[in-house]
Amino acid sequence: MGRMSFPVLCMGILGFGILYVPMAVMIAFSFNAGKLVSVWAGFSTKWYASLITNEQLLNAFGLSLFIAFWAATIATFFGLLIAIAFVRFGNFRGRLMLSGLSSAPLVMPEVVTGLSLLLLFIGMEATLGWPSGRGVDTIIIAHATFGMCFAAVVIQARLRDFDLSIEEAACDLGARQPFVFLSVTLPVIAPAVIAAWLLAFTLSFDDLVIASFVSGPGSSTLPIVVFSKVRLGVTPEINALASIMIALVAVSVSAVAFAMRRRIVRGG
Amino acid sequence: MPQRQSIFVKLSAHTGRRLVVIVPLLWLAVFFMLPLLETLQVSFTVAMRSIPPYAPLWGFDEGGFFTNFTLDNYGLLATYWQDYIGPAFNSIRLAFFSTLMCLFFAYPMAWWIARSTVKWRVFLLVMVMLPFWTSSLLRIYALIGLLNPNGFINGMLIWLGLIDAPIQMMQTDFSIYMGMVLTYLPLMILPLYAVMVRLDNDVIEAATDLGASGLQVFRTVIFPLTLPGVIAGCLLVFIPAVGEFVIPALLGGPDQLMMGKVLWTEFFRNRDWPVAAAIAMLLLAILTVPIIYARYQDGRMDDTHEKETGAQ
Amino acid sequence: MAPFIRLNALTKKFGDVLAVDNLSLDIEKGELFCLLGASGCGKSTLLRMLAGFELPSAGQIEIDGQDMAGVAPADRPVNIMFQNYALFPHMSVAGNIGYGLRRAGMRGQSLHDRIEALLKLVRLQGYGDRKPNQLSGGQRQRVALARALARQPKLLLLDEPLAALDKKLREDTQFELVDIQETLGTTFMVVTHDQEEAMTLAGRIGIMDQSRLVQVASPRHLYERPANVFVADFLGMISFIEGCITKVSKDSIEIDSTPPIIAATASQTNAQSNAHSKLGVGDKVILAIRPEKISLSATATGEINEIPVVVEDLAYLGVASNYRVKAANGKMFKLQQQQSRRTARPLTWEEAGFIQFDPNDVIILQE
Repeated sequence: MGRMSFPVLCMGILGFGILYVPMAVMIAFSFNAGKLVSVWAGFSTKWYASLITNEQLLNAFGLSLFIAFWAATIATFFGLLIAIAFVRFGNFRGRLMLSGLSSAPLVMPEVVTGLSLLLLFIGMEATLGWPSGRGVDTIIIAHATFGMCFAAVVIQARLRDFDLSIEEAACDLGARQPFVFLSVTLPVIAPAVIAAWLLAFTLSFDDLVIASFVSGPGSSTLPIVVFSKVRLGVTPEINALASIMIALVAVSVSAVAFAMRRRIVRGG
Repeated sequence: MPQRQSIFVKLSAHTGRRLVVIVPLLWLAVFFMLPLLETLQVSFTVAMRSIPPYAPLWGFDEGGFFTNFTLDNYGLLATYWQDYIGPAFNSIRLAFFSTLMCLFFAYPMAWWIARSTVKWRVFLLVMVMLPFWTSSLLRIYALIGLLNPNGFINGMLIWLGLIDAPIQMMQTDFSIYMGMVLTYLPLMILPLYAVMVRLDNDVIEAATDLGASGLQVFRTVIFPLTLPGVIAGCLLVFIPAVGEFVIPALLGGPDQLMMGKVLWTEFFRNRDWPVAAAIAMLLLAILTVPIIYARYQDGRMDDTHEKETGAQ
Repeated sequence: MAPFIRLNALTKKFGDVLAVDNLSLDIEKGELFCLLGASGCGKSTLLRMLAGFELPSAGQIEIDGQDMAGVAPADRPVNIMFQNYALFPHMSVAGNIGYGLRRAGMRGQSLHDRIEALLKLVRLQGYGDRKPNQLSGGQRQRVALARALARQPKLLLLDEPLAALDKKLREDTQFELVDIQETLGTTFMVVTHDQEEAMTLAGRIGIMDQSRLVQVASPRHLYERPANVFVADFLGMISFIEGCITKVSKDSIEIDSTPPIIAATASQTNAQSNAHSKLGVGDKVILAIRPEKISLSATATGEINEIPVVVEDLAYLGVASNYRVKAANGKMFKLQQQQSRRTARPLTWEEAGFIQFDPNDVIILQE
């Protein structure tokens, strides 16, 4: 395992414990026949059963998927543009501004981003007539906006390490931009682009605060529905839902990590 | 040193290049910058029973130019400062100690992962990333199940006979800290790991060879070298933590009031959007210095990274 | 008839830094030319200018009569074999080799046949479907070579082609490269810092030092008749003696060392340099002698240019021994002695002896 001192190892295990014990308990009790998380009333999958028939949750799930898909796609595209500009264009006009605008959303508190976007949408509706009311469009725009900043960071990191000499080889062999980019650069950085898409997808899918501000009637995302239920207390159905989500994430992350294991290990 | 980029800078200096810059710039200007300006505007106007529930800041009507400019919203924050400035300090306090706690746990964890053999590293990193990719809402929800008076921990302790009545763990500073660590630990681990994995082991061995004890090696060699990662991680945690909403909303009580929750309440419960906007501006004001510092640090990390990978 | 490739007063500045200084060079068609120099001398910059990746600050590049000004890398009749090979990691070997051909519009059967022919040329038949990460270093190099030759460029640039290979492979590849070049008749320009590589590969070598082209000649010419101290010192081993001329005669000069050294001005080596005709008494010169031209023996023979020395250091290399000997005035000489059959026992450390060299073997240099 490596040279490890005992206290460091202990701290490490404790840290992982903090990360995982709550979820482990929750998953375990999603199979609890009873309602409480303190008393085990026997094994049961009834909460999963009732989950499948819960229309509200299912609709919200579908809506979140739809929104996350589009937000991630827009975010990745723009993030790619931003990354290219920063890594390849040297000191271009507007670099400082783009740098500030694309890094501030990363650390801005969500309540501020959410509120300000809502105010913008209202202002836009008043002056331009669009967007008419808040709904799926506004949520997608909002998610894409902060998503592209995260996507840019991921893609930038990969682009920086990119070996320019293969692009030069492509030019030397008769290709021109943007064909060089499409035939050589993009395929080679594809894993990073995919990772950026997945990151933007996750951030969108899990977002509660911003969605709450910019959603409208009939556009309740899954986190919004879950939150409204959760404020009232622990409900076993949410346990079941959470367990399913965690399982889904666990499988996907493990699969991706396995596929990319060599690259992850190089670090940074 | 000759820059290898020169061919691209020169040969692609045409509209394509400009588009690549302008398109995202425009989007971010409209959907990030403009909203903040709009918020600033609304923070200076009055609430109204209308849709939207605030008066326009300025306009023209039969009487000519009018304005609803007022500083009342900020005045409100100052007057009822226990309700507003108090939570502001609370936010900073809770975020600050949460950051320290995250650092406290994350540092050994990141060290462990960075020092592991290659096979283990992937596994451990996945274990760290997994919670990150799971909704933080669900993770905090899971924590409620643990900390509730009728939750798992209390149930265990009672069942084991260690206590008679449930301990109050929810709606305390403790629950907030737990929630913060749960949510932000992966964010702290990653930059630390990135720095630690680049650390040359020979440097540590050299220090030991020259007579440094374990603790001295840490203090004089390891910690200084990992400092950029520490700073990056702390900023990455502290800044969003100050404005956190979900954690104080679900895990905190009246004594753990944070700015995020205050803004939310002002907006959704009291329907006082101008005041909410003022709170947003206050939040931003608090965070301006850390945000600028974070940007500055980012820039320095980029330069070091370039030097390390060779100015090619 | 204009030379095939003409570089005329080529200059490149990066800000204040002069990378290539007023460089002019003619290269013949079908030549294997080598640009040799230490790192930082500007040879890589020159290479990139030829390929089109750097724009000259001044000067012209003409290839087969066509001025390359404003011509993009994609359109030049020049191709590069990169130092780190720069293979496309996501394409197969065949995909890599065919890339330039596809850009030129080749498709279908003719494309396939051409790729096969190239694979055969570099002895990689059957490897077409492999990916670069499945190949060894030497194999990757051959793919890079085939890819660069695919479009039948008028000029092929090779950037440190043998640098990444280990010694044994390097030796084999050196001869292979020369073979391929002779078979195809393509003009090659190799850029390297490795003397041995340059001497083995090249028909002509151009030596660069600090952004300037110092001397261009065949390997033999460079070695036996270096134009200045830099070139003399750069290639192989050499010993220098500085001094002022004390006597000038019709065919020799003598300088003020102890004992005085005589150099023949009419020797094949020195006769070419017409600077020597201007030499007079009192002029400062630097005399140079190659190690294989110095003989070492235990006893004095009484011939001209005999100096008493003590053996400071010796390295036994099997085929020969390299000696460093010190004269009375502190001057060091490097010499090499073959291990041929000899009657006398060879000298060893700290033994005294005499070195001697023929005046015709002394190279007269001036700075």
